[in-house]
Amino acid sequence: MDWSLVIKSLLTLGGLGLILGIILLIAAIKLVVKVDEREARIRSVLPGANCGACGYPGCDGYAAAIVAGRAPLNACSVGGPAVARQIGEIMGQQVTAAEPKVAVLICRGGKKEAPSRFQYQGAQDCRQAALLLGGPKACIYGCVGLGHCVTVCPVNAIKMGENRLPEIDEKKCIGCGRCVAECPKGTLVLIPRSKLVYLACVSHDRGRAVKEVCSVGCIACGLCVRVCPVGALTMERNLPVMDFEKCIDCGICVHKCPTKSFIDRAPGRPKASINPRCTGCGECVKVCQFKAIVGEPDKQHRVLPEKCIGCGQCVQVCPVKAIDLVGALGHALKTD
Amino acid sequence: MSSNPAKIFLAALLVNNIILMRFIGLCPFFGVSTSVATSVGMSAAVLFVMLLASWVSWILYHTILLPLGLVFLRTAVFILVIAALVQFVEMFLKRYVRNLYSAMGIYLPLITTNCAILAVTFFNINYQFNILQATIFTLGTALGFALAIILFAAIRERLDDAPVSPAFRGYPIAFIGAALVSLAFMGFTALFGIS
Repeated sequence: MDWSLVIKSLLTLGGLGLILGIILLIAAIKLVVKVDEREARIRSVLPGANCGACGYPGCDGYAAAIVAGRAPLNACSVGGPAVARQIGEIMGQQVTAAEPKVAVLICRGGKKEAPSRFQYQGAQDCRQAALLLGGPKACIYGCVGLGHCVTVCPVNAIKMGENRLPEIDEKKCIGCGRCVAECPKGTLVLIPRSKLVYLACVSHDRGRAVKEVCSVGCIACGLCVRVCPVGALTMERNLPVMDFEKCIDCGICVHKCPTKSFIDRAPGRPKASINPRCTGCGECVKVCQFKAIVGEPDKQHRVLPEKCIGCGQCVQVCPVKAIDLVGALGHALKTD
Repeated sequence: MSSNPAKIFLAALLVNNIILMRFIGLCPFFGVSTSVATSVGMSAAVLFVMLLASWVSWILYHTILLPLGLVFLRTAVFILVIAALVQFVEMFLKRYVRNLYSAMGIYLPLITTNCAILAVTFFNINYQFNILQATIFTLGTALGFALAIILFAAIRERLDDAPVSPAFRGYPIAFIGAALVSLAFMGFTALFGIS
């Protein structure tokens, strides 16, 4: 056996490896790039869920983008105001916090309200079921109800309800939007956490076509658009579209909607109450859309509690400030 | 193999296209061809690394391996050298050419052990090229890689919008498309009398 060949091979390969290793070692020391220490500090204050709600690939990507000046400081909706403020301190800038968001289901058609067209026995996954003729539900727009959102939620905030509709625990939801991106039907959306009222229907059909497949679907009657006191609703493709900037959460649309397609997140609403300052001018009677205020002209009016929904329209028109809203439970949500 | 530079270039670019005729480097061909922008970045990185690797490996082969009679070690040596080279280039670019680094930063480590790079270094030796011919051949091969991957990325961008049957969506239709593109490239066989 030719040992010199073995030795030559070992020396060549070993020597080459050693030289290259030394070159790389020197390069690693000499060519080291200083990572901006702000990036590491920002990374440490971010929640670390890597949810991607900010629009960057994970918390690392977002931290790098902030330091590079490409990202807004308040894009982390999970961390909310506290994190935005900390980032602002690191970057030495004033920050206004991003409005925290919450995911909501905008379909109310569970198995009771929206029957199925056929019995689906394929893979129990919304996306696969949706590929088969748009899913088993008679309403082709609505929630498929197989709970794909449950599996993608990073914080286990979603569980399937008895009515085959996902239920979102708003306390756990971090507003990352992953379920929104994954839902094949687009029946999940992010809304500002402080907003109480939203439309829960995605059907672009109207009238009878909706009624035949779902008892709680929006029939595009347009009543909500007409009753909205601030013009926050507009009709687009047979669905009212809510402008959250304008909406004042009065809840009139919720109560006027004939199909109960709106959802009010408020756990309770206040009632109007009229005090003796009332001059009986009748302005409140005119503005009340629920006929909840009665009284003779020029005498103190009174509120019918069973009819009042606490929208507060009367409070605004009363010329003598004689109306108060009592028991404002609904707005407790706004502060948490 | 002809020694005419033009023929070497065209042979590498079209007739023996590294992806579509030799079926080398298929992983980036499918992995990175999802959009034209990323495939252009990948092609630039491949061109860059391929040129460097073919020079370094050619010099090593002719100055160390051949004189010492250690030709059988070339696979190990080339892999070692290419991996180290890419590492070094990445560090160098990160420090000094920041724009280039951020343009192809993520693709550089991807092609460290890309078989297309290794294959070109072997072809350079098998065809007994001198260093100038090796450079031309490498250029042709890298541009052939770019041609194939960018064309294919454009096809896949169209496919994304096409009403593809659900069973074929994604990789299945990409494989079928790749086979058809490869068939089309067979039309270049024996072009200009090059084989």
